[in-house]
Amino acid sequence: MAVATSELDRQPPVASDGRSKPSGSEVPRAIKSGAQIIWEVLVQEGVEVVFGYPGGAIMPTYDALPGYPIRHVLVRHEQGSSHMADGYARASGKVGVAIATSGPGATNLVTGIATAMLDSTPVVFITGQVSSPLIGSDAFQEIDITGITLPITKHNYLVTRTSDIAPALREAFFIARSGRPGPVLVDITKDAQQGTIDYAPDRSPVRLPGYRPAHRVAAADVERAAQLINAAERPLILCGHGVLEADASALLRELATTTGIPVASTLLGLGAFPATHPLSLGMMGMHGEAWVNTSIQEADLLIALGMRFDDRVTGRLQTYALKAKKIHVEIDPSEVNKNVKVDVPIIGDLKDALTRLVPEVKQRERRPWLERIAALKGDSAVRDVQAIPSDGRLLAPHVIHDLWRLTDGRALVVTDVGQHQMWEAQYYKHDHPRRLITSGGLGTMGFALPAAIGARFARPDDDVWVVVGDGGFQMTSCELTTLAQEGLKVNVAIINNGYLGMVRQWQQFFYGGRYVATPLKSPDFVKLAEAHGLVGLRVERREDIPAAVARARSEAGSVVIDFRVEQEDSVYPMVPANCDLHDMIRRPSPIVETSDEP
Amino acid sequence: MSRDPSQRSFIAYLEDRPGVLARVVALFRRRAYNIESLLVGRSERPGVSRLTIVVRADDDTARRLEANLYKLVNVLYVEEVSRAPSVDREWLVVKVATGPDRRTELLQLCEAFSARIVDVSPTSLILEMTGPTDKVDGLLELVRPFGVVEMVRTGMIAMTRGESAHQGLHFSRTAPAEDERAA
Repeated sequence: MAVATSELDRQPPVASDGRSKPSGSEVPRAIKSGAQIIWEVLVQEGVEVVFGYPGGAIMPTYDALPGYPIRHVLVRHEQGSSHMADGYARASGKVGVAIATSGPGATNLVTGIATAMLDSTPVVFITGQVSSPLIGSDAFQEIDITGITLPITKHNYLVTRTSDIAPALREAFFIARSGRPGPVLVDITKDAQQGTIDYAPDRSPVRLPGYRPAHRVAAADVERAAQLINAAERPLILCGHGVLEADASALLRELATTTGIPVASTLLGLGAFPATHPLSLGMMGMHGEAWVNTSIQEADLLIALGMRFDDRVTGRLQTYALKAKKIHVEIDPSEVNKNVKVDVPIIGDLKDALTRLVPEVKQRERRPWLERIAALKGDSAVRDVQAIPSDGRLLAPHVIHDLWRLTDGRALVVTDVGQHQMWEAQYYKHDHPRRLITSGGLGTMGFALPAAIGARFARPDDDVWVVVGDGGFQMTSCELTTLAQEGLKVNVAIINNGYLGMVRQWQQFFYGGRYVATPLKSPDFVKLAEAHGLVGLRVERREDIPAAVARARSEAGSVVIDFRVEQEDSVYPMVPANCDLHDMIRRPSPIVETSDEP
Repeated sequence: MSRDPSQRSFIAYLEDRPGVLARVVALFRRRAYNIESLLVGRSERPGVSRLTIVVRADDDTARRLEANLYKLVNVLYVEEVSRAPSVDREWLVVKVATGPDRRTELLQLCEAFSARIVDVSPTSLILEMTGPTDKVDGLLELVRPFGVVEMVRTGMIAMTRGESAHQGLHFSRTAPAEDERAA
């Protein structure tokens, strides 16, 4: 950090107003351009890598990059940079940074910004803007990106003066990572980047009088929650993304083991509680395990931790968990009583709340409840695709299951959106936090490959796997080129069924089997990998999975595996949208249905 | 707790920065809150604007509205004043179509409502009044049969009586540190 500052101090640019560099103050002062200040603040914030794409309005900033100890990853489309920064943030717990030019550069970030917003991940987006005198004139590549991103950022800034750059960026990092994290966009005009000021780094804490990142946990709420927990006969813990964000996995484990209460998870909460732990139930919701959804409907107490009762989790609200009292531990007060009416809200930091709650709860014998859940599990096991012997066809759940086994359950898996995402959630048993990265809230296809590239920078020693459908892969497959150019190691498992599988499944279930616009012709993915100088493999039989996975893991470079899976398999169980959570479509027998079935 | 939507009024202090009002309005649009009236203007503190907003909401919606307002970084303070003893006022200006024959009648109405005539023409007159919303509604109802040519009302401003809950709170970014995390 200090090295870069002092190096640049040797040759300060001449201030535009002709003032000379003052000296004698305690903090190192120097004449800096706005562009330099951007990098100064990023270094000060501990940023190691940024993902971006240059263009006219951000060129001064790019011009100032050499000399700063920050790696820049040149993407192929700005959307890629937004997901990379997001993937980096999710894998590291730190703030990710993406950078783009004005106009189309900025608008191409929008999907990634919304993805980060819906999943509460800390990302700072920096965009160039046309020079301040041109604002409002519809200048070339001018767009009102702060207006466009107003509803999809936690906060945003339009900076038109050089002296405002450092305060805005410092606030942006602070806001992005504190409280309920989220994306912050800082739009900086070209003249602000080009201007120079007498700059001294501000290391004082950021002060925002109107910003309340976290409330104090009220002791009375904790006490009431403990009473409910100690009295419950059929309790369940619902674990959400907040457990990971608050770094509260160890406390959750303590709560579960101390009380003996089973833990169900949202999609984004997977890994916060070990999937192979005896008290782990797995995922809840639309494609949750049948025993989890039924248990939720039969429970007398739900202890919801850092989750927001999304419609994909609850099904029809009018029939959701009617027998259960609800405790909701949540950092964002606006989430409480939004979808589900709760009995005891605990508003505040989850770690703080659990630290106070755990000493107040007691172990309690709940044999009938645990036996009931075990019976539900047994019923599901016989329907499970894993219980059916392989008949030569390659099923996606088999691919995921085998990948889990062959990577010892320790891979960092980044999934896209669709059927493969649900199968991954069901069959890859994540025992460790931050080992599954996926777009849950927005459901952004094309997320996986770029997010994995970002995650790779956060976790250089992990076995990083992209699990992606043939549709989603092609949405951002241009980032394969980024992967190759940066010389990064990421393994890509394409679950290729020749359809937009999840939409096809809905067409099969709810649209009379009319497969409109879902059959998908793809390029030869093996050749595509080879065209990038990467290794491409194709797997068509289950027995060939181990060799392909082993080859991928042993290659120094990235490997793309094209898994040609059964075309018309569906994800089970399924709670149709806005239906009762206990009313699930279960896997029929024979296991693979044909297109003419209703 | 009331589950029935009723009129709720909130006051909020906002940092006086570009785009802050747009954030508030965007929040109401995004969450589909129905704005009855919204007023923003200067407050007793430099760099801080004061907003009065009236919406129809039940208890739960009102609570989440407050929580959502607080999520906006530039919103410094929010208070629901619907039930607090407060001075509520709005300003009505209305042009009524009337010739000399019925002016006396209108003047009597004005007296009863403490309204004032501010302009007279051969075919119309303009009257104004300030008062609580129900009083303004009352006057309007009585002048409507004369023929309302033009009407504008500001929407409500409110101020709680006695002690102010936000007294002593520091709203400045450079003020001495105090605990901002207090719920």
